[in-house]
Amino acid sequence: MLYREVGEFKTSYSEDSQTFPIRFDKYRYFFVLIVGLLFVPFVINDYWAGAVLLPFLIYSIAAIGLNILTGYCGQVSLGTGGFMAVGAYASYKLMTAFPDLNILFIIIISGFVTAIVGTLFGLPSLRIKGFYLAVATLAAQFFLIWLFNKVGWFYNYSASGMITSPSRSLGTFLITGPDATPAAQYLFCFLFVFLLAWVARNLTRGKIGRSWMAIRDMDIAAEIIGVNPLVAKLSAFAISSFYVGVAGALFFSVYLGAVEVTEAFSIQKSFIVLFMVIIGGLGSIFGSFAGAAFMVLLPVALKNLLVLQFGWPVDIAAHLEFIIIGGLIVFFLIVEPHGLAQLWNLLKQKLRLWPFPY
Amino acid sequence: MRDANKTIKGTMRNVPIMEIKNIVLRFGGVVAIQDISFDIFEGEIRAIIGPNGAGKSSMLNVINGFYHPQDGEVWFRGKKRAAMKPYQIAHQGIARTFQNIALFKGMTALDNIMTGRFTHMRKGIWSQIIWRGAASQEEYENREIVEKVIDFLEIQHIRKTPVGALPYGLQKRVELGRALAAEPQLLLLDEPMAGMNVEEKEDMSRYILDVNSEFGTTVALIEHDMGVVMDISDRVVVMDYGKKIGDGSPDEVRNNQAVIDAYLGISEK
Ligand SMILES: Nc1ncnc2c1ncn2[C@@H]1O[C@H](COP(=O)(O)OP(=O)(O)O)[C@@H](O)[C@H]1O
Ligand SMILES: [Mg+2]
Repeated sequence: MLYREVGEFKTSYSEDSQTFPIRFDKYRYFFVLIVGLLFVPFVINDYWAGAVLLPFLIYSIAAIGLNILTGYCGQVSLGTGGFMAVGAYASYKLMTAFPDLNILFIIIISGFVTAIVGTLFGLPSLRIKGFYLAVATLAAQFFLIWLFNKVGWFYNYSASGMITSPSRSLGTFLITGPDATPAAQYLFCFLFVFLLAWVARNLTRGKIGRSWMAIRDMDIAAEIIGVNPLVAKLSAFAISSFYVGVAGALFFSVYLGAVEVTEAFSIQKSFIVLFMVIIGGLGSIFGSFAGAAFMVLLPVALKNLLVLQFGWPVDIAAHLEFIIIGGLIVFFLIVEPHGLAQLWNLLKQKLRLWPFPY
Repeated sequence: MRDANKTIKGTMRNVPIMEIKNIVLRFGGVVAIQDISFDIFEGEIRAIIGPNGAGKSSMLNVINGFYHPQDGEVWFRGKKRAAMKPYQIAHQGIARTFQNIALFKGMTALDNIMTGRFTHMRKGIWSQIIWRGAASQEEYENREIVEKVIDFLEIQHIRKTPVGALPYGLQKRVELGRALAAEPQLLLLDEPMAGMNVEEKEDMSRYILDVNSEFGTTVALIEHDMGVVMDISDRVVVMDYGKKIGDGSPDEVRNNQAVIDAYLGISEK
């Protein structure tokens, strides 16, 4: 009995609606927090920050955002890359226009800017669904990238067309710019991940989350219980875009430092985040983390194992990555739409009974 | 749940909660409802019967705002109702179930019934983001009411089961639970007993009667089983080909020749 649900009795509704109803889960959560806050910052180096930790944290935020829209509210979006670009360019414009503005606020305001843009592009969802909505968001993706490429104002008319993040600090710690330390950047992103995951959890467990799921599962029935589809869908677009915008802002200012929009925020980004959500689990916050971890770690693991250990050529390893991801997408879409999160639940159920099945 | 306003059978005050006046509803060339008028008294169980395609479901869809009639008026609580969206009508205290179950398949029975509390939950987005305090408090208060509905319908054991995994009869019960959780003033039920066996029908009849007598909820239901209709309803509207062909107590309707010809005669053959 590694994992026990037996003996856990709930005596109040608040206990019954806890995030981690089982004590073991709660310990694991605190364990992750302690390791993440008190251990990782002291051992982190450029390689781990750049290859694994920063992308994992930032993609987690984007994946939670897309999961709110697609997993919880059932509205497909292929515009994630474009909305990340909105966050990135908003942060760039803010940083260059207001050199004294705190980086914390810059990231948050960038999120709000993206929320507004996302809501505008979410308007078609009031009329169209499914495939047609996906195409509309795809149009948003291409339009936004074209816009940031075309209009010089967005990149301050720099000769290269690129945007480069100036140095900004939080207190005495440099967060952006070439001299920022991996530990400071990591903790800065960690803070956002922690807060935004907590907010997402609160939103999805209550009234607004149920209104999203109601729209997702059956919009007609959602209306007869009093859900205004306009409010539910647009709030999902707004909040989802806020997350994606924050992710884009961090991706540019903290992680990459310099960005060429067609490269960093192409349609490929949209697909990567969508794959994270599908592989991790639609409609699950834990799944967003699992999917982000998987998609970030897979290429790193394959490279370390196949290329460095077994001496495979790099391109073969890269192709294998595509094959694995493609296979998993098909598997999860057909067999297990709730993704890794559901597999994890099944595993827990097995462990709960093991070694004494009823 | 609501205890005030309790209406005890036999002491009905005959105050209409809803008046349907000369409703005409057309779909292209098809006239689904032809100039129908009737009323629903506060606290009664009002049945709408008629053969398939008579326009019964369409009538409920007019009442809760899915269909907008070409002509006619709907009066609710003594006031003429402006054209409204279904979600606005839900906020007025009208809940319903569907002929084909319309549950939220990805959610548990508990969450489905919790969604029924939507119109009663008022905390804004910022308190939901904070959760602790106002929003969680509101959640638990509403959860308590939902638990009463769950007890009432005797579905405690399936609380945490995803509704897709439930058998048909229980799904119908959860859907009733979602409507009840809204504590509606007017409850519309579209064939709540269709496809059920005798025992399930008896259970469902009992729930409907209890809701009506214990909470004073006005019920308008569509039902095919004449035995059930005669047993539980106070008054019956009979529809056929979009027209009203009978209206009155179960006994009156049973003895109405037009009704016998159009409906009873056929079903009792
Ligand atoms: N949305 C719709 N579009 C076109 N025709 C409809 C629609 N809804 C109902 N009808 C038609 O209206 C008539 C009455 O249908 P309905 O109200 O479902 O009958 P009942 O519930 O009494 O069986 C039928 O002829 C049906 O085909
Ligand atoms: Mg019908």
